[in-house]
Amino acid sequence: MAYIELRQVTKRFGSVTAVDRLDLEIAKGECVAMLGPSGCGKTTTLRMVAGFDDLDDGEIRVGGKLLSSKRENLYLPPENRNFGMVFQAFAVWPHLSVFENVAFPLRVRKLPRAEIGARTEEALKHTNLLSAANGSPDDLSGGGKQRVALARALAIRPDVMLLDEPLSSLDPHFREEMRFEIKDLQHRFGFSILYVTHDQSEAMALSDRILVMRAGVVQQIGTPLEVYGSPENRFVFEFIGLSCFLHSGLTESGMQIAGITYPWPNSIAPPPGLLANGTGLLAARPTEINFVSEHGIRGKVLRKAYLGETIDYRIRVGDAEVRVQKTRHVPGPAVGDNCGLEFACPHWYPAD
Amino acid sequence: MNARAQSRFGTPELLFGLSVAVLVIVVGVPMLLIFFNAFWVDGHFNVADVITVLRHPETYKALLNSLILSVGVTITGTIVGTFFAWLVTRTDLPFKKTMKLLFLVPFMLPAFIGALAWKMLLSPRAGYINRVFMDVFGFDGPVFNIYTYAGIILVETMYLFPFVFIQVSGALERMDPTLEESARISGADLFTITRKITIPLVMPSILSGSLLIMLYSMAHFGTVAVLGVETGIYNIPTLIYEKIHQSAGSFASIRTATVLATVLVITAALILWLQNRILSKGRYQIIAGKSFRPTELKLRGLRIPLLLLCIAYIGFTIVLPTTTIFLVGGLKTYGLPFTAENMTWSNYNHILFEWDLTRGAIWNSISLGLSAALITMFAGVVISYVIVKMKVRGKGILEFLGMLPFSVPGSVIALGVILAWSGKFGINLYNTVWIILVAYIARYMAFSLKANSAALEQVHDSLVEAARASGATMAQALRDIVVPLVRPGMVAAFFLIFLPALRELTVSVLLYGPTTRTIGVAIYTLNEDGETVYSAALAGIALIIIVLGELLIKRLVSGKNGA
Repeated sequence: MAYIELRQVTKRFGSVTAVDRLDLEIAKGECVAMLGPSGCGKTTTLRMVAGFDDLDDGEIRVGGKLLSSKRENLYLPPENRNFGMVFQAFAVWPHLSVFENVAFPLRVRKLPRAEIGARTEEALKHTNLLSAANGSPDDLSGGGKQRVALARALAIRPDVMLLDEPLSSLDPHFREEMRFEIKDLQHRFGFSILYVTHDQSEAMALSDRILVMRAGVVQQIGTPLEVYGSPENRFVFEFIGLSCFLHSGLTESGMQIAGITYPWPNSIAPPPGLLANGTGLLAARPTEINFVSEHGIRGKVLRKAYLGETIDYRIRVGDAEVRVQKTRHVPGPAVGDNCGLEFACPHWYPAD
Repeated sequence: MNARAQSRFGTPELLFGLSVAVLVIVVGVPMLLIFFNAFWVDGHFNVADVITVLRHPETYKALLNSLILSVGVTITGTIVGTFFAWLVTRTDLPFKKTMKLLFLVPFMLPAFIGALAWKMLLSPRAGYINRVFMDVFGFDGPVFNIYTYAGIILVETMYLFPFVFIQVSGALERMDPTLEESARISGADLFTITRKITIPLVMPSILSGSLLIMLYSMAHFGTVAVLGVETGIYNIPTLIYEKIHQSAGSFASIRTATVLATVLVITAALILWLQNRILSKGRYQIIAGKSFRPTELKLRGLRIPLLLLCIAYIGFTIVLPTTTIFLVGGLKTYGLPFTAENMTWSNYNHILFEWDLTRGAIWNSISLGLSAALITMFAGVVISYVIVKMKVRGKGILEFLGMLPFSVPGSVIALGVILAWSGKFGINLYNTVWIILVAYIARYMAFSLKANSAALEQVHDSLVEAARASGATMAQALRDIVVPLVRPGMVAAFFLIFLPALRELTVSVLLYGPTTRTIGVAIYTLNEDGETVYSAALAGIALIIIVLGELLIKRLVSGKNGA
């Protein structure tokens, strides 16, 4: 059952439509990541959910309660929404101690002193900050500051947690640690998460579902597996993971790939009906291209780089360049060799 | 042998030596002489005598007045500055951008000219506003007497509040909006956020701005000289002036002046030290990364009343005094009502084209400003180069000496220059224009060093090294790489000196002779002599020159940024 509901949510800045008729439902305890390049409207969407921005159309409900609605001109201010939120730049207050930072949301709610103490300590305990409680957040590392922000968001025991690129200001090794911590806290407290990121591996690791956005328009909503395994369009395919594309077309005599025709019969052609006007894009992940000795499309190895566990090949195929990545245990051709390539699970998209 | 001589007295050492010599002569010796005169009596160190001087009623009254006035101005200026800064950065006040620029205008206007205008408006008997109330509305006495502590504090506030305004509006603009947004999402309303988050976070900026107000007010001569002296309100700078001028160089009065100057220097140093501490220790890292616009407080019903308040404030503090100056400058006789038949252009004509005293003053100010700016600009480049780029031991002395005048009030510099250049070392420049030039150079060197060091720090050593590696000699590298890159800093330094020098009063009033009045001195003395109309006319012309100069800089600077 949907807990957070966004219906036809639209936001314009001047003539630019930053978010265009976005529909999204998030279940209780579910984590949804909004993924897209910068300027795609993901942060604007999050800010509309938080209540910092109003809507130019549509409505937002949480737990059945209407929070923002263009039609009814209703906007519950952020301070009354009872959400937890973590910002990219930490936004911990340097003039307050770690404890006071976390206690702040409880103090403005005028809770009894004892309860403020108990709940602040609980939040600090869950974020491993008890020992730093009386210090200044300025003495903490980036990861520590972000934990303060997380504890502050947790203190009110919210049902909704909004995370605005919470990990992108952190050092890479902290990022992974924090990912697990966030996931862990979600399991423990059961809040729903709306998560903004431009890092696809972060989105994959954290979320139950991913929403991919481009220029204000939703491209695909699905589980990480769906979004990675069956991208709905070229943009999603390209944005999630490594990719290469080859222009291709059906002809009388065979299948044309990157300017070279492979006569029938061959195994390269797409399933019937997929290429409506006879031309299209063949999309493949570098790890899902195999070397074959016969058949397959023909290429010549231009460069070969050892990346440790994997070997990265650049292969000239017709008028295009294809990237292939294989683990070092798979025997591969040398630079200058001709080779055959086979696509393990090709995707087909309309030509642009 | 030649090589050895070169290694001992190479260009760096030569430049270093010259820089030290210039700074010691211009800054170091005058300052030392002040302390020397204050503490050295009859050949030995003497503190008891200093205390006697300080306990003299006249002296401690002046000290107390300085304290009362500067604390008062600091409090009102901080409140006014913080409030307007908040209004133009954090609310939906209409015409915010324009208002922000207008609030900076008082910075351009010399406070003593403002004081002059307010004297014309609010002096107890002759002030126009008071007269209107007494004559037209039948009041028994004046509505407001400007010759009081409150009057002086109000006038100084009008011209000094931008120190806080600039610091606080800058901090509020640069502050990461998510610091406030995270408080909102935590459940705090805007009032709570302002009180618990915003104000504490900008507190270091508020404090550092208010300490600047205090520093300037403490050392401020003009307003107190115009408004306070008549009712016997002296502060330290006006008493120093009084001592130097009225007692024709007697030892006792010079001593009192040096003791007062010492107190002023120590207080100023203390204030600057405090400010430095607040800035380095207390300034929070609140600068934004990626940012959305901060949430604006919706003023709703207060929008128009607050806009009117701003307009009234600007009208009252900028338009009214300025208009008064020009109008009084056009009166046939001071005290007449402003009607068409009482107005004349002949005052302006007289002071610009006929009267040698005012023509000389304008000429003196412009030539002094230009020469001081040019000399200080070039000396500043060389000294900054030594400080920033050269690896010479002892360059800390240069930095100290160069920045010293930054914390030393103008009247102290003037006093030091009198002590050093009145024949003590065989050179007597007193009553000549040269003594003012020397004092200007000492006073404005710090400005030049700041602008030039900032520009030089941008020029990374590798730029010069790359030029050398490309085959250029050191001289070529300096000419083709360093100088073009530093030029904006030099231009900035020039104007940072030229414009304040044009309107300078505090230093030149202590140093002028019969033929070496500056514009500021001429305005001040004409007013003292009761030539109010000519004083106002000259002030009006000074205002025009100053505003034109400021506009010219704005154009030059923005042109630079555009290119």
